[in-house]
Amino acid sequence: MYQVSSHGSLNNALDEIYGSLPPEEKNALRDRIAGGIYSSAERIAGKVVSRKGKQINWDQKIDDVLTSRCLGIPVMLLLLGVVLWLTVTGANYPSQILASGLFRIEDILTGLFVQAGAPAWLHGLLVEGAYLSLAWVVSVMLPPMAIFFPLFTIMEDLGYLPRVAFNLDKFFRRAGAHGKQSLTMSMGFGCNAAGVISCRIIESPRERLIAVLTNSFIPCNGRFPTLIILSTLFMGGTVAASFRSAAASLVVVGLVLTGITVTLLVSRLLTKTLLRGEPSFFILELPPYRKPQVGRIIIRSVLDRTLFVLGRAVVVAVPAGALTWILANTFINDLSLLSHAAGFLDSFGRLLGMDGFILMAFILGLPANEIVLPILLMSYVSAGTMVEPESLAALHNILVVQNGWTWLTALSVMLFSLLHYPCGTTLLTIFKETRSLKWTLIALLMPLSVALLVTFTLTQAARLLGLA
Amino acid sequence: MALLNLACSKKSCRNRSVPQNQFLRLTVALAGNPNTGKSTVFNALTGLSQHTGNWPGKTVQRAEGNFYHRNKHFTLVDLPGTYSLFANSVDEQVARDYICFARPDVTVVVTDATCLERNLNLVLQVMEITPKVVVCLNLMDEAERKKICVDVELLSSELGVPVVATAARSGRCLDKLMDAIDDVASGRIKTSPRLVAYDSEIEQLVQKIELKISPLVPEGLNPRWVALRLLDGDRSIIDSLQRYLREGKNSSFHWGEERALCIR
Repeated sequence: MYQVSSHGSLNNALDEIYGSLPPEEKNALRDRIAGGIYSSAERIAGKVVSRKGKQINWDQKIDDVLTSRCLGIPVMLLLLGVVLWLTVTGANYPSQILASGLFRIEDILTGLFVQAGAPAWLHGLLVEGAYLSLAWVVSVMLPPMAIFFPLFTIMEDLGYLPRVAFNLDKFFRRAGAHGKQSLTMSMGFGCNAAGVISCRIIESPRERLIAVLTNSFIPCNGRFPTLIILSTLFMGGTVAASFRSAAASLVVVGLVLTGITVTLLVSRLLTKTLLRGEPSFFILELPPYRKPQVGRIIIRSVLDRTLFVLGRAVVVAVPAGALTWILANTFINDLSLLSHAAGFLDSFGRLLGMDGFILMAFILGLPANEIVLPILLMSYVSAGTMVEPESLAALHNILVVQNGWTWLTALSVMLFSLLHYPCGTTLLTIFKETRSLKWTLIALLMPLSVALLVTFTLTQAARLLGLA
Repeated sequence: MALLNLACSKKSCRNRSVPQNQFLRLTVALAGNPNTGKSTVFNALTGLSQHTGNWPGKTVQRAEGNFYHRNKHFTLVDLPGTYSLFANSVDEQVARDYICFARPDVTVVVTDATCLERNLNLVLQVMEITPKVVVCLNLMDEAERKKICVDVELLSSELGVPVVATAARSGRCLDKLMDAIDDVASGRIKTSPRLVAYDSEIEQLVQKIELKISPLVPEGLNPRWVALRLLDGDRSIIDSLQRYLREGKNSSFHWGEERALCIR
């Protein structure tokens, strides 16, 4: 039997020994101990295992390319580019059809309200507020998700994603985070809420929190349209028309890379401050490549991911639409509440290269990122309801001619959209996953301060250098 | 030990018949990587005599079952499937703490014969904690189909513990596995695990730490292993050790508290 006192002294002794090791060496020791076990296993297996006959190991050959030191990352970026391009191009058409269909329903609803003799405010609140925002979210979000998620699931089924994790593992390890964070980050491209849920695959609570907190630095489907429209309008405008879309996609890829860089930097910062600790080992089993089961993929990605995420988005977007309508249609001294608020925020917005209306749109767009641009346009034209940007020319007219946007404004908006707080749906998910108000609040404030810092520095630097 | 020998001298009695000597109840832990057919081995050995629940305070499923072999009563505890025992996850911590603190009479590590190298990592780690290990080289049927040969004798002498080649799906050689379990439990086979030799700097550090902590580490725990965990910065072992010392090292330490329930 042991005296109770012995565990106190044991603990002290262990702490003392543990503390006496230099921190840098601890990580190296960890790797070397694991390395010792692995090389023993390799040596023994090499002795006792033999293969009869020769078989070409295709998996090994493919892996030599996909996870190679020099080709791994470029191939990965290329695949990402292809998936994005397919999503953006493919989503355009169904998005238009859905939009026109849903806006036709709006006309029918309006007719019904008129027939029933309903008061104008009721019609405005329900149709122009709640229903329109619902239509926006569905028409903008559903098609990209319906394309992106199956594509992503195909990659998953092929067995490519574990290779991505393998390629990025060293970057995340260096940042003190878990290699699997590269997987949850990739999920964030579809939807940050889905990305946050996928963080369950990371076992260590510390590293899971890092992955949850930094997930929103990856532009989701809701923000991609904003980024694409703005980059086409401003960045693509400087080159010949035939290269416009290519230049615009390059800007978007650049923004994605910025998001990944910020993810790594912030992960590093978190491991040095709030979430101190060592990265944990994980053995990543690179599964054999398999032929994807197309039928199952479609069902699984549509039911498990698309509808699930869309359902949550709709729940948040409907009340937000109603609220926006109220703000835009409640007048004090001939100015709507929205305009009052925008005027109040204006000087602060100017410091960040933006203006009061833009900040107001970001605040009102908290429930769902895809309604930021519509809300902004709505407040610009003061039409009282959201307008659909019918063509790029009309948009250009509203932004540049009437409201004096420059490339700096566009870049600031894109960077702010990339880095600012996660949308309401994601925050709700973060709360459900962490069960902690504190971490949800940090997930809101931490990206916000990063966004403010980046846009402020960019704007001041550009003005100091006389670029804008 | 005397009791044990007495039982062994009796004529071996077949599987499901209840042994007369209720005192001989041995605990066997079943460890292994995921997808090695660990559950198949568990089901094949215990049949319908199973009890499932959760590990105390963890949302990790725990399964226990009984089997009778050579007139002895064995309780088989299915540990979560893990690739290592570095305690990165709840699963790994549960598996490690069970092997380490509940001290089963034998730990069986189920391995996949088609990818032995990866599976050996876990075997080597288990052998660092306890010498009473039996390696179950499973999925031999699949290895044969893939034309992979494993020299079982050589593997056994390399590791210093018994290795039994099985194909649990068809029940092949499971009786040999039970024989080996009993042999190691009863001490008839004396295992001498070949431990991993780390590079000289780590070995020196380990020796230094081992010297300091060996008077403090409770008996039955391997000080070398504790020293290694401290070196790789695993704080969770300190917590587990503390809890173990606080709650007493008697056999009803809470890892085993469900055992009584399950036998009734």
